[in-house]
Amino acid sequence: MSKADYDLIISGGRVIDPALGFGKEADVFVKDGKIAQVSTETDKTEKYAAKMPPECVIDASGSLVVPGLIDMHVHLREPGREDKETIITGCQAAAAGGFTTVCCMPNTDPVIDNQETVKFVLSRAEEADANVFVIGAVTKMSKGEELAEIGDLVKAGAVAISDDGHFVQNPDIMRRALEYARMFGIPVISHAEDKYLSAGAIMNESFQSTRLGLKGSPSVAEVIAVVRDIKLAEFTGSRVHIAHVSTAGAVKAIRDAKAEGIHVTAEATPHHFTLTDEEIGKEFNTNLRVNPPLRTKRDVEEVIRGLVDGTIDCIASDHAPHAEEEKDVEFDQAPPGLIGLETTLGLVKTQLIDKGYLNWADAIRKMTYNPARILKLPGGTLEIGSTADITVIDPEKRWTVSETKFRSKSKNSPFIGWKLKGKVDCTILAGRVVYQNK
Amino acid sequence: MILRSRHLLGLEDITAGEISLILDTAESFREILDRPIKKVPTLRGITVLNLFYEPSTRTRISFELAEKRLSADTISFSTSVSSVKKGESLKDTVRNIEAMKIDMVVVRHSSPGVPYFLTNCVESNIINAGDGAHEHPTQALLDMFTIRRKYGKLDGLRVVLVGDVKHSRVVRSNIWGLKTMGASVAVCGPSTLLPYEVERFGVDVYTDLDEAIDGADVVNIMRIQLERQQAGLFPSQREYTNLFGMTKERLKRLKRNYTIMHPGPMNRGVEITPEVADSKSSVILDQVTNGQAIRMAVLYLLSGKKEKEKEEDDE
Ligand SMILES: [Zn+2]
Repeated sequence: MSKADYDLIISGGRVIDPALGFGKEADVFVKDGKIAQVSTETDKTEKYAAKMPPECVIDASGSLVVPGLIDMHVHLREPGREDKETIITGCQAAAAGGFTTVCCMPNTDPVIDNQETVKFVLSRAEEADANVFVIGAVTKMSKGEELAEIGDLVKAGAVAISDDGHFVQNPDIMRRALEYARMFGIPVISHAEDKYLSAGAIMNESFQSTRLGLKGSPSVAEVIAVVRDIKLAEFTGSRVHIAHVSTAGAVKAIRDAKAEGIHVTAEATPHHFTLTDEEIGKEFNTNLRVNPPLRTKRDVEEVIRGLVDGTIDCIASDHAPHAEEEKDVEFDQAPPGLIGLETTLGLVKTQLIDKGYLNWADAIRKMTYNPARILKLPGGTLEIGSTADITVIDPEKRWTVSETKFRSKSKNSPFIGWKLKGKVDCTILAGRVVYQNK
Repeated sequence: MILRSRHLLGLEDITAGEISLILDTAESFREILDRPIKKVPTLRGITVLNLFYEPSTRTRISFELAEKRLSADTISFSTSVSSVKKGESLKDTVRNIEAMKIDMVVVRHSSPGVPYFLTNCVESNIINAGDGAHEHPTQALLDMFTIRRKYGKLDGLRVVLVGDVKHSRVVRSNIWGLKTMGASVAVCGPSTLLPYEVERFGVDVYTDLDEAIDGADVVNIMRIQLERQQAGLFPSQREYTNLFGMTKERLKRLKRNYTIMHPGPMNRGVEITPEVADSKSSVILDQVTNGQAIRMAVLYLLSGKKEKEKEEDDE
């Protein structure tokens, strides 16, 4: 046999695949962009490795080998704001953060509320360093008035619908969206925020907003919206997914709804399980302005509890790039949002795993199998025959978040200067190494 | 005793010693204001920029006069946030003006945190002349100065702040300052105008004015803005006046040697009756005069402080 049996071998790592309930030392063999073998008979690997060029054998000893991570909530800004991010740069950031799949929100310019824009995004993504799936708009222009052509969006490839950035304030429209989406088997992703209660808000309403004199959005604005959408999901029998859960009340509502068998799923972001609104008054750092806003210590604790007990299914970054000049302004003039693709994994390890809330298998499940299941995406597993999207993680690697090292076009991270543990060694997309930490 | 910071951003982080220093310094400037020639050469050669992004006549005039009486060169830039929005950023505006060699910036802006933001944009000393609903330190200092002049002290006094607590920077700065100086502070207003968890400031909270002022030494009445009623925060001006207007009848509940204050501008007949505003116990005009002395003191105490000096202090 002149040709090597495999294209790539990742040897010596601890393989974690929550989809298969697998978690032991094993070697992963890749052939033709697919997982060919996951073998625990590691002593036999050497004979295959010997036939291969050295760059095709990745030594993962001491590292974790997991299915390529999936971030189901990112903003890639293309089309419209290519100065902040493009599909190419956003996917480079994804690869550097260990994500092989991202789902992009439709609040671009134009809004992804039509087939043409879905096709445009997907064609741009062909050359990118990550798989891109599109979330289409619920309503035309995400205005909350008339349903978008959801059937068309799905036909073009949309995997869910959301008016993210806006709450579908009219409950009748949301009811119709849920009913209509059910025909296509897709969930409606809800940015849960009652607009009347949060009008003009700059941060969370708490003693911190009282102290700083900034207009606050009360936690009940989120809770009411979550409860409404849960009740609509129950009534219609449709699936709703709650984006970026940030309040204790929302966690409780989702937990109770799940216990009643309502089809609701949820995600939380690293900033909402890490930061509180007390950070804002220290330096008025506009990278702390985000929507939903950073909440109180109690909310953070409950979001973590929701992650621990399974109420919250997924960890998603809500990666939201903004240009430097837009953020270098008065606090209340800055657009909300922060970048997260490149810091998510480090924050998961540092804030959740090292503090004993989650083990690696639980954490990886929330970034692979669970989002894949909710959105019916391929991937999220190392099962033989599946696409070889693989992330190799050095779990103990200590690193400092540096503004100059971001692959993202934007630098709006509140975590710059933070010391984190856990870093991507290597990201593999369909058998091709798209990122390697040097 | 010196001020620790080279800026005056607010009273939250200021010590009792620093407040006393400012008030003591203001005493000597207050004395100058009673002289026929009210000008001293203290800030000669220093250039002060008054940067007002919010309409304000009183505070701006008070600062400008204070600067002129200290012989500083002054330049004033007044605009509204809305007219600037489309144009140059705040950072660029300030940097451009500073390039003309400015030493100190007095800033009024509708966004909380702007004075802090400016400390990262320019080298000048920054004085907060009101940032949104956050802080208005010189107003609170002049209020405390006025109280101290009358009672000879601040500690142990009972001070009630009445009105739109939620949107008032004057209330916040007064709370920080008065509490630091040992006064007992209460706030009173309609519950829709009391911000979330306001009791965490360490103040007593009332929604009944008669209860709030019972046995108080000082009542400081805030202006109520008509737009709050339009925003649905209280049903009508009439009802507001009935519940929270300071009337002559209510004065009986105060301690004998009581004091009535108002940071202005007043809505006579709304939050305060003309009788009360013009009564013997009202120090509303003294507040205006004392504001001069306080602003002169703050300008003087900060004027010598440069970045270099701060570094030496740190060592
Ligand atoms: Zn959102």
